[in-house]
Amino acid sequence: MIAYLLRRILYAIPILIGVNLLTFALFFVVNTPDDMARMHLGMKRVTPQAISNWKAEHGYDAPLFYDASAPGINKITHTIFFEKSARMFVLDFGTSDDGRDIWHEIKTRAGPSLAIAVPVFIIGLLVNITFALLMVFFRATYLDFWGVVLCVVLMSISGLFYIIAGQYLIAKLWHLVPISGFNGGIDGLRFILLPVVVSIVAGIGGGARWYRTIFLEEIGKDYVRTARAKGLSEWRVLFRHVLQNGMIPILTGAVVVLPLLFMGSLITESFFGIPGLGSYTIDAIQSQDFAIVRAMVFIGSALYIIGLLLTDISYTLADPRVRLQ
Amino acid sequence: MMFKLVMLKTDALIFLLLAAVGIFTWYVRRHDYLRAPWRRVLTNPTGMAAAVVLAVFVVIGLLDSLHYRPALAMKAGQPVQYGVEVLSALDAMLPKLRTHKEKTYSAPLATHLYAKETIVLANGSTVRDYPRLKYGGAQLADPHTQWMRDIVQRIAWGVIEGLTLTALLVLLLAALLARRQPGGLVAALVRLLRGGNAIPWRTLLITCAILLMLGLVIVQLAAAYHVFGTDKVGQDVLYISLKSIRTGLVIGTLTTLVMLPFALLLGIVAGYFRGWVDDLIQYLYTTLNSIPGVLLIAASVLIMQVYIEAHPDVFDTSAARSDIRLLFLCLILGVTSWTGLCRLLRGETLKLREQEYIQAATAFGVSHWRIITRHILPNLQHLVLITVVMDFSGLVLAEAVLTYVGVGVDPAMYSWGNMINSARLEMAREPVVWWQLSAAFVFMFALVLAANLFADSVRDAFDPRGRVQ
Repeated sequence: MIAYLLRRILYAIPILIGVNLLTFALFFVVNTPDDMARMHLGMKRVTPQAISNWKAEHGYDAPLFYDASAPGINKITHTIFFEKSARMFVLDFGTSDDGRDIWHEIKTRAGPSLAIAVPVFIIGLLVNITFALLMVFFRATYLDFWGVVLCVVLMSISGLFYIIAGQYLIAKLWHLVPISGFNGGIDGLRFILLPVVVSIVAGIGGGARWYRTIFLEEIGKDYVRTARAKGLSEWRVLFRHVLQNGMIPILTGAVVVLPLLFMGSLITESFFGIPGLGSYTIDAIQSQDFAIVRAMVFIGSALYIIGLLLTDISYTLADPRVRLQ
Repeated sequence: MMFKLVMLKTDALIFLLLAAVGIFTWYVRRHDYLRAPWRRVLTNPTGMAAAVVLAVFVVIGLLDSLHYRPALAMKAGQPVQYGVEVLSALDAMLPKLRTHKEKTYSAPLATHLYAKETIVLANGSTVRDYPRLKYGGAQLADPHTQWMRDIVQRIAWGVIEGLTLTALLVLLLAALLARRQPGGLVAALVRLLRGGNAIPWRTLLITCAILLMLGLVIVQLAAAYHVFGTDKVGQDVLYISLKSIRTGLVIGTLTTLVMLPFALLLGIVAGYFRGWVDDLIQYLYTTLNSIPGVLLIAASVLIMQVYIEAHPDVFDTSAARSDIRLLFLCLILGVTSWTGLCRLLRGETLKLREQEYIQAATAFGVSHWRIITRHILPNLQHLVLITVVMDFSGLVLAEAVLTYVGVGVDPAMYSWGNMINSARLEMAREPVVWWQLSAAFVFMFALVLAANLFADSVRDAFDPRGRVQ
């Protein structure tokens, strides 16, 4: 087990390096720092002096890979690649365009993101599974049919509409909760209620339908027939046998997104004004702050790789038949 | 020449795709084993109803892809000059919708503007009131008394026209069916209306009837009103919604078109040759997959913005610029979405290459290329097809989200994402400007729902696992 884990972790390192190189190529080779400076300073009437000032200010004035003029080890370290890309591996992301330390921002913003993402994940999973099980229980009846129709209709609506409609109805028309904002502690509850509910509703359609197919696949298997032949009630078959076995693919599928919960949701957070990582990213994209976007790409990939690792582990824990090779 | 044809990059790809679909259809028709699953799709009532709705969208999208630049009015003897505005066949068909611009917002079917203005009366005094619209309901002398009757009349006309056309359609179809089935025209008609055919003609006709009636009611109303109101600059919202169809379709289809070659090639090569090639390709797609999709798209689009701003001289019209941005968005979406299909194809190829018939082919000395194209590729066809149709609706929805984030299509381009984006501010107004959001919602919902239902019927027909249940 430990050897297997070690091998998986070792395999993750080249992937992270690949991501790092790719983002580096995207941000510095396709467009040179000069282009970036010109874009930030406005396209017209930019003096070369202003460009080099901007580059010096943001630390983009070093050569890309190799600085022949620097002494000794600085030939490698005094380059954009080392200072901007390689140092991400030690969680040094530098500063954003407004001069704040990115890693510090990320640490403080992860909390609000999790305050939304974790309830959405857990309650959403429970709601979807309940809905799916109900449809499976009433399978091949009109209830099941209309349940599936409802799912397809729900998943055909853009997530943006759920948010806009929710904000309009619940917050603006009925004044039940504030439209947007965030606060820590118990007081924050009224702020996160609406985004959580809206996100869960937006996810029901796709989720419940997906779980329904998983349960239906499970229900066609031999052990279910055996359970029925023993004279177990349909309810008991469903909850004792089908649910437990169906949970294996559902949970292992959910594990991969667990670490990504830290990243928050771009759209939800920006609509509801939650100071999480999602709105941080979206603000960075809109103000074209490349340093933040680069940092978020790196963190996102690292979290995804951790998710893959957790999936592998959870497979072996949930299903002993899966062998570690 | 009255106009100069303009072939935008995406137009060219759309027609290429159309040709590819045509060739594929011809190929399928000639092979019985390929026709069998399609026959199952044809007999699925929900799927066929969805297909009719999709077809309407596709026709509008195709009309909107025939672009041209009209000739400017010139004195005789002068060389012809062409306008910088790029129009499409759809614009040529809807000149009123495009050119009838009001001053600012107006509600659907309204006769008066949304905002009060100071109006100078005939006797010189001024009042503050809602001014009449320039085009919406302009034919009415007294809107307060005539408006209701006019609307009802127009709706009634639309319904009557729709029903007449449907009746004609039924007769035509019955006549066509009667030539192939025994019992003459009456028997064919009865069978048609009772739903006794293998292909669900009755469902198709009902769908057509509803669409015809809706369409003709809108045509009737649009002749004198703004059916979905007007937006901030007074542009007809129905026109914006119709123009947005092409954007949605382009994102949904071209993305798949650009990602398909990569996914096919790499997936098959990885599964077939295994070894280090497999390792390399797996590494490639795990790396790409591990970057969160939205962020990769955002990063690439930011980069492209810098490029476009640094090279403004490459694009001659603003349409060409927003078009290249749309194409680039498709490319990036393709790069982020090919990994799923690639993994699927790799797994299936791994399974297939162990089959006896492939071993036999290898033993006969058939070349790798021939084995892949003759024996493996046809057996992957259903996977590709299911993925393509299942991805479509997700991509259409993704456009709206990405445009909202600011990394989607050009802000000047007609798209549902841009409509929703501007609706954010409109919802905060008092009274609420709800019509632009509603129009985007209705159109998007219709397209995505139809696509989802059609995708389900295709999956049911092609996926052997689904059929057992």
